[in-house]
Amino acid sequence: MNIIQILFWFLSVVAIFSALMVITSKNPVYSVLWLIVTFFSISGHYILLNAQFLAIVNVIVYAGAIMVLFLFVIMLMNLNKETEPQKNRWLKMAGAVAGGCLMLVFVAALKDAGLKDQEAMVNEGDIGLIKNLGKELFTTYVVPFEISSILFLSAMVGAVVIGKKE
Amino acid sequence: MPINNYILLSIALFCIGIVGVLTRRNAIIIFMCIELMLNAVNLLLVAFSKMHAKAALLAGDISGTAGTDGQLFVFFIMVVAAAEVSVGLAIIVMMYRNIHSVDVNFLNRLKH
Repeated sequence: MNIIQILFWFLSVVAIFSALMVITSKNPVYSVLWLIVTFFSISGHYILLNAQFLAIVNVIVYAGAIMVLFLFVIMLMNLNKETEPQKNRWLKMAGAVAGGCLMLVFVAALKDAGLKDQEAMVNEGDIGLIKNLGKELFTTYVVPFEISSILFLSAMVGAVVIGKKE
Repeated sequence: MPINNYILLSIALFCIGIVGVLTRRNAIIIFMCIELMLNAVNLLLVAFSKMHAKAALLAGDISGTAGTDGQLFVFFIMVVAAAEVSVGLAIIVMMYRNIHSVDVNFLNRLKH
């Protein structure tokens, strides 16, 4: 078991544990903090796969911007453990069983997929570096890139219009 | 690293997100679980892009750019997710202002 495998299993365990804590924490603020831990471990996976650009973007956009927005809204509404609405126990159990069944279906489909001998390139290869990605982004994908700027503009206008007091 | 490990990890994260959506009533937590599912898919796309790169390398492709598309898709998914979060949180704030709660069970006005 070399260092890469140890890191992979460590990051996977951290990701799954913190994801479980997201959905089981009673306090919404704790959920947000656990989700940040999940995003950091996924960024660790990206670094392990040598996708450095995406790792940095994930930390900046998700863990930095989006989670701060969530935390800000939760604190603005003053949500805490006491105000947290709870589903009854049967509905929770039904939800868990439904999710478990979906997982069973996915795993069963994976057994039939014939990907046994395929490997992901770990800790080598330079397709995830910013030189290659930037070149591709500004040549082949330049139109979607510009369209996404319009998407951001319209999202900004929409957020302001929706959030405005009438 | 076998690709099956990454697929299993993504399946686990995605299903945890699904369970979260089904078992919670707080609209913000549901929204966070959707973000978790998006991230599971992103991780799978990056793993597949690296798998594709390795397969192309073994097949004798010397350009070394196979699999770039997958990582750019992840980038665009992140762009769309950021826009989605800003609008979605604005909607949740508006809903809180109107009914003073983020409980999705109170969002049943379309029923009446």
